[in-house]
Amino acid sequence: MRSKSKLLSAPYTVWMTVFIVVPMVLVVWFAFTDRAGHFTLENLLSVGQYSNVFLRSIWLGAVATAVSLVMGYPLAYGIAKMAPRRQSVMVMLVMLPMWMNFLLRTYSWMTLLEDNGLINSALTAIGLPRVHMINTGGAVVLGMVYNYLPYMILPLYSVLTKIDQSVIEAAQDLGANGRQVFFKVTVPMSMPGMISGITMVFVPAVSTFIISKMLGGGGNLLIGDLIDMQFLGSSYNPNLGSAISLVLMVIILICMGIMNQFDDGEAAGGGVMP
Amino acid sequence: MKNTAYRIYMALVFLFLYAPILVLVVFSFNDTATASRSVWEGFTLRWYQRLFEDRMLLEALRNTIVIAVVAAVVSTVLGTMAAVGINSMKKLPQRIVMNITNLPMVNPDIVTGVSLMLLLVAAVSLFGGRSLGMGSLIAAHITFCLPYVILSVLPKLRQMDPNLYEAAQDLGCPPVKAFFMVVLPEIVPGIVTGMIMAFTLSIDDFVISYFTSGTTQTLPIYIYSMTKKRVSPEINALSTMLFVVVMALLILVNVRSGRTKAPVQKGEERS
Repeated sequence: MRSKSKLLSAPYTVWMTVFIVVPMVLVVWFAFTDRAGHFTLENLLSVGQYSNVFLRSIWLGAVATAVSLVMGYPLAYGIAKMAPRRQSVMVMLVMLPMWMNFLLRTYSWMTLLEDNGLINSALTAIGLPRVHMINTGGAVVLGMVYNYLPYMILPLYSVLTKIDQSVIEAAQDLGANGRQVFFKVTVPMSMPGMISGITMVFVPAVSTFIISKMLGGGGNLLIGDLIDMQFLGSSYNPNLGSAISLVLMVIILICMGIMNQFDDGEAAGGGVMP
Repeated sequence: MKNTAYRIYMALVFLFLYAPILVLVVFSFNDTATASRSVWEGFTLRWYQRLFEDRMLLEALRNTIVIAVVAAVVSTVLGTMAAVGINSMKKLPQRIVMNITNLPMVNPDIVTGVSLMLLLVAAVSLFGGRSLGMGSLIAAHITFCLPYVILSVLPKLRQMDPNLYEAAQDLGCPPVKAFFMVVLPEIVPGIVTGMIMAFTLSIDDFVISYFTSGTTQTLPIYIYSMTKKRVSPEINALSTMLFVVVMALLILVNVRSGRTKAPVQKGEERS
């Protein structure tokens, strides 16, 4: 019986070989060849000239991740402390914006942040000077935080609700004050949620190409924009594009490896679905 | 005092999350001639009317739904079969298959997108056929939906007592029948979750579709071209409609599950 049910996964094995393994091999192949198909290291070497773009992506992604964590943790903590019925309403409210197409929501931030946009109109109406916001790095970070904040809140929430209340009480009985309980018990115990939240915000933030295009103008090129340009944009060069993709994958693997160092035990700390 | 500060904080976060949506909704009724995005000039419904006359948009909507239905059904069937197979594998092959399954989930979407584009372009130049389109989109969507189906079915299989299936066979039930009568009912919740996830992921996907669509338009791709080319409140009208549909669906699902789940939840609260 066992051998027969193993056969059930055969179609999937074939599918994933064709559509996951072969494409990955192709990325590596293109990264190491030139247009004529000869082996070359030139693509990978020329990735070096874009190091400022890589650094900018990692920096903006890291800032957005940090802001999401600082912003999302208190919210997740508060929701986890509410009555069960209110909890599900709040979780729903956090998830609802995600159900609307992210292109539309990001587009809406353009209306808000423009030089003649709503925020600036409101500022002039109350007699304050205008602030230039669109097409800056800050606007890109805002777009990232806005789009990926729910990915931070939800895993944090699902870990925080699972913390055994008696552990908190034990700490209090042993004389810990509120602050000590929070930093020495609650925060360490919510580590798995923090790690999956950080990964779920950082990976899409570092590889985005829409947010930077819409809110960052031309001056805030990110890795994603570079890849887009090589495949569907002005400078068609799939070999260079593959090389950039490969480097991006390696960077993300390294970051995730570092993150997993902080995680003792099981890494599966709550998914998207609460 | 502390409580008030926290309430204000919470209100601010939700304002942050909902302000752009509110702006989109309000300006969908804006009677503007200058295509300005942020000056209010009176109430109109004409952008909604324009929306329903937009052939391209309706076609993109149809494509999106066709792709999502096909991708959800195929990935659910393939994924459920795969989960059953993976569950009965030995440790090492299981680990290899699961690592590859996780790859599209760990990889940034853009890398999955370009890797599939390389494959599909190579396939077209090798075997001929038409360029990228519905076929390639469906294949790509099945690929990124499959891991989610497998990961929601697999835990249900692991929770199940394997003796049940064997007991059914000992009692003379043929294996296929035993699967449908004993195993399937146990894992149905996982299958349904996986299918819903696959459907919503497929409807919402932009990045992977962008690289595998060729000239075929799905709704997110059409929206992207709208944000790029012309500035028209039509796009606001579209977002408002989508938001209303999603909210209605969510409320419907919640009311229904609230009714069926109510007794269980009460029991949980008591314990």
